[in-house]
Amino acid sequence: MLFQYAHALIGFLFGMLFVALQVFLLVRLLAPRVKEPMKDSTYECGEPPVGDAWVRFDMRFYTMALIFIIFEVEAVFLFPWATVYNDLIAGLRAAGTGNVLFPFIEVFVFILVLGVGLIYVWKKGDMDWVKAMRGQPKQSWPPTEGSTGERDVEKDVA
Amino acid sequence: MGTEAYLIVASLLFLIGASGFLLRRNLLVMFMSIELMLNGAALLFVTFARHWNRMDGQIFVFFIIALAAAEAAVGLSILIAIFRLKHRVNADELSELKG
Amino acid sequence: MSAAGRGREGEWALSFHAIIFWALAAMTIVPAIGIVVSKNIVHMAFWLLGTLLGVAGLYLHMEADFLGMTQVFVYIGGINVLLLFGIMLTNREPLYVRAAVKRPAIASAVLLGVVVAVGLIQSFGATEWHTVKDAVAPGLADASAKAVVNGDGTAATLGTYLLSDYILPFEIVSILLLVVLVGAAYIARRDPEGGSA
Repeated sequence: MLFQYAHALIGFLFGMLFVALQVFLLVRLLAPRVKEPMKDSTYECGEPPVGDAWVRFDMRFYTMALIFIIFEVEAVFLFPWATVYNDLIAGLRAAGTGNVLFPFIEVFVFILVLGVGLIYVWKKGDMDWVKAMRGQPKQSWPPTEGSTGERDVEKDVA
Repeated sequence: MGTEAYLIVASLLFLIGASGFLLRRNLLVMFMSIELMLNGAALLFVTFARHWNRMDGQIFVFFIIALAAAEAAVGLSILIAIFRLKHRVNADELSELKG
Repeated sequence: MSAAGRGREGEWALSFHAIIFWALAAMTIVPAIGIVVSKNIVHMAFWLLGTLLGVAGLYLHMEADFLGMTQVFVYIGGINVLLLFGIMLTNREPLYVRAAVKRPAIASAVLLGVVVAVGLIQSFGATEWHTVKDAVAPGLADASAKAVVNGDGTAATLGTYLLSDYILPFEIVSILLLVVLVGAAYIARRDPEGGSA
């Protein structure tokens, strides 16, 4: 069993070695080196960088990560169930006792309970990326006729 | 490797987390120390699951990881709410409830 | 194969395991110390990532493959990312965490840690774990060990457990996650009354 992981480990180590070789050695050997102050500045898609990268992040990133982590745990809990589901059903059929639907219902309840949470965050607007401004109707995305997307973005920033 | 080696690693992890919790006063760093302690405890569970050749320990760790995710979500939300209110995340400066 | 040859091969496998184990242990402990002594909070978050990876490796080394993967997914992919967002949201310019602790506090904490560590390691060494195993639970083993030996991994066994003995905790976890989702989203919202701003 452990030697199966050893294959993965060897692959991982070779991958790291290869990337390190490429980034540090090959580049040093092949690339021309020109010193220029512009090269030391932050890379911002070819634009001159404005301000510091260390600005405060928008809260929406955190809320998204929060929702993500909850449903990730749900997915992880469903994984072992999914692996044994067929065997379990077959076992129950063979034994002839107990409800064959039991494993299905159990997980259905599990998903249902978390579905309530999903509906809550959805209704409360935690999942809207383009937020409604205070006192204004929520903007629709994609923008409809008459309202251009650019204006919406500007309003959102303001 | 024997059980003892894993026990030593797990308890070292727990003790580093505990001393970090006592030493550092930034709430985020205290949170990281709690994660260290939690990982030490989980490592013990898996060690003894292997030692007794039973899966129950692994199931417990499974639930511990789910709990850690829940704890992180609520704890960091509270931390951000505190920051929004007080503009600081230092545990020693947040002593309003101290009688 | 001769007995001597098999013995040598066994020794080689043993030392291979030992090397992997000590590498993983170092990968777990060194970043953990880094968290406690570092001053830059972003560095700390990445030290924590190292520790979590090390623990995942130790799980794999103990043949708890599904737990190792869960550790990577939930801890590294979820909790650590959430932590980094938390750092970005709460630290405006000071990346550096003040070490406002007085020197006697540091000394006492380190002393306490060392004393407890020495005591624990001493007691671990003094306990005869294999005799304890035989005395407390002779022949305690279940089918799960077989799945590991067969190379099927532990996910299937965990699934069987979750749907039989541990079905109540399984359902309670869903309620816990629901409460956490609602509660954390509520706390994180800027104005709890009218939607989110």
